[in-house]
Amino acid sequence: MNVIGLSPEELRKRRRNSMIVVLLAASIVLAFVLSMNTGFIRLSPLDLIRTIFGGGTRQQNLILFDFRLPRIVISVLIGAGLAVSGCIMQAISRNALADPGILGINAGAGMVILVFVAFYPTAAAAPAYVLPLLAWGGAGIAALLVFAMSFRKHRGLSSNRLLMNGIAVNSGISAVTIVLILRINPQQYQFVATWMAGSIWGKDWSFVLALLPFILILLSYVFYKALTINVLSLGNALATGLGASINREQLLLLAAAVGLAGSCVAVSGSIGFVGLIAPHLARRLVGRRHQILLPATALSGALLVLVADTLARWALQPTEIPTGIVVAVIGAPYFLYLLVRSKN
Amino acid sequence: MTAINRNRNHNEAPLVASDAVNEASRIHSRPRTAILIIVGGLVALLLSVALSVSFGAADIRFATVWEAIFHHNQHQQLTQHQITQHQIILELRLPRVLGCALVGSSFAVAGAIMQGMTRNPLADSGLIGLNSGAGFALAVCFAFFPGLPYLYLILFSFAGAAISAALVFAMGSLAKGGLTPIRLVLAGVTLSALLTALSEGIALYFRIGQNLAFWYAGGVAGTRWLHLKIMSPWIAAALIGAIMLSRSITLLSLGEDVARGLGLRSGFVKLAGTIIVVILAGSAVSAVGAVSFIGLLVPHLARKLVGMDYRWIIPSSAVLGALFVILADLAARTVNSPTETPIGALIAIIGVPFFLYLANQERREL
Repeated sequence: MNVIGLSPEELRKRRRNSMIVVLLAASIVLAFVLSMNTGFIRLSPLDLIRTIFGGGTRQQNLILFDFRLPRIVISVLIGAGLAVSGCIMQAISRNALADPGILGINAGAGMVILVFVAFYPTAAAAPAYVLPLLAWGGAGIAALLVFAMSFRKHRGLSSNRLLMNGIAVNSGISAVTIVLILRINPQQYQFVATWMAGSIWGKDWSFVLALLPFILILLSYVFYKALTINVLSLGNALATGLGASINREQLLLLAAAVGLAGSCVAVSGSIGFVGLIAPHLARRLVGRRHQILLPATALSGALLVLVADTLARWALQPTEIPTGIVVAVIGAPYFLYLLVRSKN
Repeated sequence: MTAINRNRNHNEAPLVASDAVNEASRIHSRPRTAILIIVGGLVALLLSVALSVSFGAADIRFATVWEAIFHHNQHQQLTQHQITQHQIILELRLPRVLGCALVGSSFAVAGAIMQGMTRNPLADSGLIGLNSGAGFALAVCFAFFPGLPYLYLILFSFAGAAISAALVFAMGSLAKGGLTPIRLVLAGVTLSALLTALSEGIALYFRIGQNLAFWYAGGVAGTRWLHLKIMSPWIAAALIGAIMLSRSITLLSLGEDVARGLGLRSGFVKLAGTIIVVILAGSAVSAVGAVSFIGLLVPHLARKLVGMDYRWIIPSSAVLGALFVILADLAARTVNSPTETPIGALIAIIGVPFFLYLANQERREL
């Protein structure tokens, strides 16, 4: 990162990009405060500040620290995780429409989690940290299926096939999940339905603790590899010419992306479109250099899910709608817009 | 890159057209196989109806089925047990089986028409988003007009399917270079995701949550004579319309230029075809929910068997579609008896490998 060698124009651009990242972070803090305020029981901003610094009543403490805060933290984490996962997949497959939801990876993770929950209806009894590990298995198998089917000898990965196979695997896994769950435990059907609609079901600190280490490790690995992603996103031929050992790097990064998506889905339910919208938004804001794009993507993803979750709690009070529905209502039109605008 | 592509397209277009004109004179079809399939299919259909009526949570003998259907009112000395059985047959199972048959034909013919008109091998009313449009309209009805009679419900279902169709067509005309098969499917899947999300939101908010499963998995269990009475005239009319249109659809399937060159009013045919598709998909969804893949699977099978002529593909699809859904429903009831497996999930499990096969064919780069 030799800053001295840059032209003034490039320098200005970088400064602008850093500003954008800071602004994104600031909006997250703002959304955080708003989200803390939102809910069935209103807390005034003053109460909020007092409670955060330890001066609240018991009821306020309970609402804030045991109900709202863990959920907000989870929203932020899964937003960042899913968004970065999508960003890596888009770079590697060089397909602007790739997303762990569309590619069936979320569905794979979901199937394992749902079967696990159906077998052990008291999921609370099982330690929460096994959930991400389980989800990795499902996500990995789904990813393997989709990518292996889309790979052609001598021609590499066909990005259109990737999407088609993803859509197919996605609906196949969802169908198998429904049938399996009904076989194991018909009473769990409603849970499965709301899960598939994307309601964040991990709601207490144990889920935060289960998710946090994985997200931190994987995100820092991915950020560390930003330069490699830059090179890979240029295309196989060019990347080889620049001296990257493509297959190994691609595989490792893909594994990281799958791991991110899997861990997030393990606590979040099936939330789609985040991995699609957030990278696009970030790319518009800061350009294509992954050193800055990845953090910007993580922040926009976190912001998106946080806002969506807040809306989900606020929109139809006192009923709570699954967060995934709100994300889909925001995300689907954006996806269609991208689809219409993109040249094949 | 784009220049090369344009060049190639420019060279290819007239070539393809002249090929197609040659083909038009001798469209590959096998009428004898087709007649065999239609007649044999109808016989198989009768058998499977009988089988499906007698199987179930309470097994009933064939003889009782026969009696219930044809001599229900003639025997006065029936035992209580027999009367119950007759009632199960007449009020629950028979309408259900007939509903399956109607729904199967509708989805299959809708798929066949769309595949012919758009020359898109992946066209299916479910994949393209029509089904979830109809489903969304139904969710709105359940929420805002609870207790609306089925007579009007089905009209809303049509409207929903029509809106989806309009949206997809609008996207097709807005997109640069039109919608390729893959982009059409992507648009359809996304539209479905959006509409399903909205339906779920409505279902949850208005506490019609017990119907939530309806949008995921479909169900034919609720079909009654009343539904059949209202549904069947629409479907019958649409099927007759489809058969009348089939010759024009064959021409369209050769390419729009060829069709126009042969004197076809392609705009009119496309409009009529779309209306038929909307009616078929709308009525089917109002009965079973948004079930995908039937319209993909069955017409491809029919085309493999009877050739490229839609005059044969459409009736064979209708028969095969009915047969397929009846058998799928039978499987759904018996696989995990007494719990019913949702028929939509079951059909998806059969349909997905086939979809994968279509999407991965070597010669067709989508």
